Amino acid sequence: MLGRFVRVAEQDRPTVELEVDGSPCQALEGDTLLVAVLSQRNTLRQSEFGDGDRAGFCLMGACQDCWVWTPTGERLRACTTQVSAGLRVMTHPPGEDVWPNLA
Amino acid sequence: MTGPGNNKATDVIVVGGGIMGASTAFFLRKRGHSVRLIERGLVGQQASGVNFGNIRRQGRNLVQLPLSNRARGIWERLPELVGENCEYLCTGQLRVSYDAEGAEDLETYARDAREHGLDLEILGPEALRQRYAWLGPDIVLGSLAPQDGHANPRLTGPAFGRAALKAGAIIEENTEVLAVEKTGDDFEVQIVGGDRFRAPAVLLATGAWAGPVAARFGEPVPMVSRGPHMGVTEPVPYRIKPSVGVKTRVPGETVYLRQVERGNIVFGGGMRNEVDLEAIRVYPKPEYTLHQLPLLQRVLPGIEKLRIIRVWSGIEGYMPDDQPVMGPSGKLPGLYYAFGFSGAGFQIGPGVGDVMAELIATGATSTPIEAFDIRRFAATA
Amino acid sequence: MAEPRVVVIGAGPAGIRAAQALVAAGLRPAVVDEGLCSGGQIYRRQPANFKRPYEALYGFEAKKARAVHTTFDDLSNAIDYHPETLAWNLSGNTLHLVRNDIADTLDFDALILATGATDRLLPLRGWTLPGCYSLGASQIALKAQACAIGERVVFLGTGPLLYLISYQYAQAGVDVAAVLDTSPFSGQIGALPVMASRPSMLAKGLYYRAQLTARRIPVHTSVIPLQIEGETSVSGVRFRTGKGKEQQLVADAVGMGFHLRSETQLADLAHCEFDFDEELAQWAPVADVDGRSSVPGVYLAGDGARILGADSAEITGELAALAVLSDLERPVSGQRVQKLRQGRERMERFRRGLAMAFPWPAFLARGVEYDVLLCRCEAISAGELRSSASQCGAPELNRAKALIRVGMGRCQGRYCGHAAAEVLADMRGESLRDVGRLRGQGPVKPLSCNTRMKVSK
Repeated sequence: MLGRFVRVAEQDRPTVELEVDGSPCQALEGDTLLVAVLSQRNTLRQSEFGDGDRAGFCLMGACQDCWVWTPTGERLRACTTQVSAGLRVMTHPPGEDVWPNLA
Repeated sequence: MTGPGNNKATDVIVVGGGIMGASTAFFLRKRGHSVRLIERGLVGQQASGVNFGNIRRQGRNLVQLPLSNRARGIWERLPELVGENCEYLCTGQLRVSYDAEGAEDLETYARDAREHGLDLEILGPEALRQRYAWLGPDIVLGSLAPQDGHANPRLTGPAFGRAALKAGAIIEENTEVLAVEKTGDDFEVQIVGGDRFRAPAVLLATGAWAGPVAARFGEPVPMVSRGPHMGVTEPVPYRIKPSVGVKTRVPGETVYLRQVERGNIVFGGGMRNEVDLEAIRVYPKPEYTLHQLPLLQRVLPGIEKLRIIRVWSGIEGYMPDDQPVMGPSGKLPGLYYAFGFSGAGFQIGPGVGDVMAELIATGATSTPIEAFDIRRFAATA
Repeated sequence: MAEPRVVVIGAGPAGIRAAQALVAAGLRPAVVDEGLCSGGQIYRRQPANFKRPYEALYGFEAKKARAVHTTFDDLSNAIDYHPETLAWNLSGNTLHLVRNDIADTLDFDALILATGATDRLLPLRGWTLPGCYSLGASQIALKAQACAIGERVVFLGTGPLLYLISYQYAQAGVDVAAVLDTSPFSGQIGALPVMASRPSMLAKGLYYRAQLTARRIPVHTSVIPLQIEGETSVSGVRFRTGKGKEQQLVADAVGMGFHLRSETQLADLAHCEFDFDEELAQWAPVADVDGRSSVPGVYLAGDGARILGADSAEITGELAALAVLSDLERPVSGQRVQKLRQGRERMERFRRGLAMAFPWPAFLARGVEYDVLLCRCEAISAGELRSSASQCGAPELNRAKALIRVGMGRCQGRYCGHAAAEVLADMRGESLRDVGRLRGQGPVKPLSCNTRMKVSK
């Protein structure tokens, strides 16, 4: 499956290049990070407690179930983050070189 | 929680169901004494339940170390004693300093503590960096207590309460004590609703609220109530094993943190909150959270990437000399005190229970507690 | 006397109308809003580079949405607007704000909390699977991002939003597999006379429903949802019909919600008194008819105070502002207040009708099986809550939270609190009131450890 979310309108927007888990991911200007990732992929993050993947839930910054990592250890709430060119994110936690040690 | 039977007379009445009262009730039952514990709210709800959760001997005043060592033995046997480990992790406690003064204090302490059965490992900057690459660059010295660790305070008080209940103690929660009076050889404890209970011995273990009662028995104490300022981050991969604290002579610069196995980082330190004893409430000041952030980053720079998901406080009683009031009353035979643990009662809690039970049951204890005697305030108060 | 400092939290319909009334009275209020731009959730705006017209976005509500947006835009020079700003805590008369990790404070003489609402959820096996979203999320995806949450969507739950969003998805050309309503149809018929207090609202509800039927989208009432199916992702929904027949639907997404719950964290941190509202089956901050809370200087408006909907939010926003003005001894038109109160009362009647038509299915929350995750943040199952509460003793919700971490995670119980209360009450054979509510703790939402105080003010 190519992505979870289906665009139904507003598709004639300029594209923005992101990187998800090291692979290129094309988003559209005005996308939230959540929409950008989920229009190309199935999941956003892993539950911290081993119960599987998550892909957000409320989309309004309330449930906090869409926090993703960046390769340098930053945390981003995908549903309230606007995409910008060159943004890099990961759907899994970083290694020890990034957390707790600073990259 | 309530207990078996409803006899109005027991060997001991414990007033206050924090970790001190609950563990005393438990150890009294182990010694075969009948005991009634009366708690205004729920067992382990106040200072016992909201503190940082350090299981540390390191850094304690040396006179507390025998008691602290005794407590350590109990922490190690927690599952056997109370049926669960309360998330106790013996992962070490690391104290670090940023300057020569702090380093000197750590080294002096390490030297002195050895005589009291506490072996500490002093680590220079190189060794620290090698072992704990996540430590901040300002740190000049560390002192590791490999046998210290941390546990979950929210679980510990209730676990002792349940264990005491199971061992036959009567536990009365949501029960407020109106008056404690000596009538003849016995004490009479009257509760809201009118019931009166009798016992030849009473332990007052009501934390920050003990002052007025002790004063009524002619033993006022200069206790001050404050709320520690605590917080916790979101869960992240579990990679910080020891509990970490800053040793500093700079007021307000102390900060401490620990990562729980589930991944959250619990932290505290900096400023202490004003409390409302009457309403039993303390509202953690937002400013104090902001005050903590640079302090936390200095110890653990990587924390700047994380988010705080919750802050809290609780109500603790502080004595001017930071030593608890623990032992027999100087005025009334049969009356005992265990309060005023000055923000450092959690680790010694089960030891306090064991010692108080021994003291009440036998009239003496093998652990030195003279320094904690309430009579030290008799002249000043 | 210095100009009174009035702060409005939230720039949805309630906050906007409150700000408007304050400006009209000659004040310069501050408006603090988490959103990138004003509008709130129901009148959420699409990004600036999107081109769909109001009619496409808001349907019947296009006129209202435009009016609310225009009102706010026209206020831009008359207010101090703080967008993308979280009021993360509050202490006395000082509000603590944060924007992009920069903290600031804002002192106030009067504070209007127009903090809105989120979906009210209950757990269902599989509800943490990727592909399951709240109803609100389903709408936001469509409205603000022009996306559907999947290719074939099941909408599940109850309440007016269930039908509105199903209709909006169908209208956008998305394959809606079915609408599964846990409420009985008979209740909806029975509530019609009560809901007639707002004929246009009622007509819209009936229209959405008729449209779904016209598009041959199955609408089931009295549904017992059994499971959101899927291994690593939503693949379908299993449910029992009102007649007791088990059915299975293939779908790659589910939108679920059971009406709304108020966002009350700030009211809690402001020490507002709360009371249990039997009708709403939830705790709510106590407020008088104009929105005065139990704390002097703190006012409540919109769905954050009481779930009455967007139209009501416009009314209660203005009412709260007039209450502020009146308490500041500024002239206020008694006639206007009277009219607003009457409007609010009409909304109340309609709300009662909605509650009859779409009851909160407490029985579902109470019947959640042991191994189903209750708390999404901390991954705590209903069974863990039950066994901890019975073995360790948890007479109320905060004790359960302390012992088992239910409601202790990042969302602070927003999405599990109601169900956790039901489970605990069920276990103890007590009422929801008896088991209490999760006390609010700061920060209102996660706060960066890199937050720094603004340097100069």
